[in-house]
Amino acid sequence: MFKSFMTWLDARFPATKVWNEHLAEYYAPKNFNFWYFFGSLALLVLVNQLLTGIWLTMFYSPSDPFASVEYIMRDVDMGWIIRYLHSTGASAFFVVVYLHMFRGILYGSYKKPRELVWIFGMIIFVLLMAEAFMGYLLPWGQMSFWGAQVIINLFGTIPVVGPDLVEWIRGDFTLSLASLNRFFALHVVAVPLALVAMVFLHIVALHKVGSNNPDGVEIKDKKDENGIPLDGIPFHPYYTVKDIVGVVVFLMIFLSIVFFAPDFGGYFLEKPNFEPANPLKTPPHIAPVWYFTPFYTMLRAVPHPFLGFLVMALAIVILFLLPWLDRQKVKSIRYRGRSFKILLALFVVSFVILGYLGVVPVTPAKALLGRICTAYYFFFFIALWFLPKFEKTKPVPERVTDK
Amino acid sequence: MSNQGVNKGRRNLLIGATSAVGAVGVIGAAVPFVRSWAPSAKAQSAGAPVEQEYSKLEVGQQITVEWRGKPVWIIRRDKKMLNSISKSEEIVADPNSEADQQPEYCKNEYRSIDPEFFVAVGICTHLGCSPKLFAEPGSLENEWLGGFYCPCHGSKFDLAGRVYAGVPANANLEIPPYTLDTTNKVIVVGEDGGA
Repeated sequence: MFKSFMTWLDARFPATKVWNEHLAEYYAPKNFNFWYFFGSLALLVLVNQLLTGIWLTMFYSPSDPFASVEYIMRDVDMGWIIRYLHSTGASAFFVVVYLHMFRGILYGSYKKPRELVWIFGMIIFVLLMAEAFMGYLLPWGQMSFWGAQVIINLFGTIPVVGPDLVEWIRGDFTLSLASLNRFFALHVVAVPLALVAMVFLHIVALHKVGSNNPDGVEIKDKKDENGIPLDGIPFHPYYTVKDIVGVVVFLMIFLSIVFFAPDFGGYFLEKPNFEPANPLKTPPHIAPVWYFTPFYTMLRAVPHPFLGFLVMALAIVILFLLPWLDRQKVKSIRYRGRSFKILLALFVVSFVILGYLGVVPVTPAKALLGRICTAYYFFFFIALWFLPKFEKTKPVPERVTDK
Repeated sequence: MSNQGVNKGRRNLLIGATSAVGAVGVIGAAVPFVRSWAPSAKAQSAGAPVEQEYSKLEVGQQITVEWRGKPVWIIRRDKKMLNSISKSEEIVADPNSEADQQPEYCKNEYRSIDPEFFVAVGICTHLGCSPKLFAEPGSLENEWLGGFYCPCHGSKFDLAGRVYAGVPANANLEIPPYTLDTTNKVIVVGEDGGA
């Protein structure tokens, strides 16, 4: 019965073909470690955001934003859980995406032939930042308003066209409900659509070249008589089942936060945001949500507003160029030299410091530290370019190691 | 399909011409989408001038009126405050208000029509926060002459809204167009006219 249905279907739609190519006969390296959970977890969080987001739009009203969020929290039956799943999901998205990107740097996953996988991933990262930024305006709290005010005014620092551009983005002489309404449309329709399309391309590109692995060895170089990589195992059932373990652990942590600390001490939902937006009253201290803070510190590190804006933009642009800046042929950190390990460790430290500095008020000492870390951020990428000249790499094995 | 007897030159010309017309069409079609984002007629009418009577303002008092959704300060400055402006000459970045941050009739030492009344948009020229008034000398820090301090990124301005050198903001506070109507004792914010 099922077999004849599949025969009927396959004659009209490549169902079995797609299933095999991307799951049952998609061969992934057998030596994936826990770093490889974060791709599938990002997909899980995306589904969570789409599902809870659709439900939130059923109750949210852009003409009465603050009150309608309170309505969701207090009056809609179980509305609070849907909203907290969405707001915690935003932070969780950045946690898994940052770790996913870091995995790429650890094992050189962006290197030839996977440059496009990285580029598509970076586009997803930029879309995600736009999505998170516009989403944060929607509750129309004090921090929504003033955070958006700061970010939109960044465009005003562009010479000549700046002020007109800002007015065009806002659709008003000030940040108002007219601005919120367009952000709402972009947040719930345009950007999610683009995100889903880019995730599709990210996976299509990945499946064309095959996954990298912790050894940075191309498993396609050693195949058996049937043309199957010797070190490959079918994604389904092996990694689908393995990923479920990751999902369980992730959900334990994620739901603990949703249930017991949804504002996460003011880092996921900032305290001033429980007050309605007031254009005439600036909160004493404006800090973006934690996932933007490293880049925000870079903005503040430069005394000139437009140059600060450029430095911040460049910090993102330089990530796009990573596949070409890192010229070392050896992919995995396992076989790279000590110089790379030190360079990367300092990069992580400086990025975390940049993140911390973005949430605290500026003092002269902190401003100096911010400048040093910003300089190091860019130094890291330039150093990668010159590193192959000095780096003592270890021999890369022929096959993946399985320890 | 056969490619025999194809006039490639004519085909390329037709493809080029069609693409060019198509591109113009796309630009044309984008116009309504782009223009719809401009401030609507409703937003523009909400941006009309605002009147404020000033005779009841106490010396040293600051009031805030809303014009186009922006906080506009009106401050009645006393002698002491005006003196501090002369003293801050040395530490401000643009003492002569060279940058285009005020109407022509306010390009003077006190950046106002009448030195007694200071009218300014209360938005920091760095990234749009609202600076706070610390009028008394020494009220912010020991050397403080009196002025405005932005809590967001630490920018400082003197009592004429002139920005200090070496702070994140690099322009003086904006002075909106306004009229000082001495017969009716009102300040009309948003209407050019001077005194």
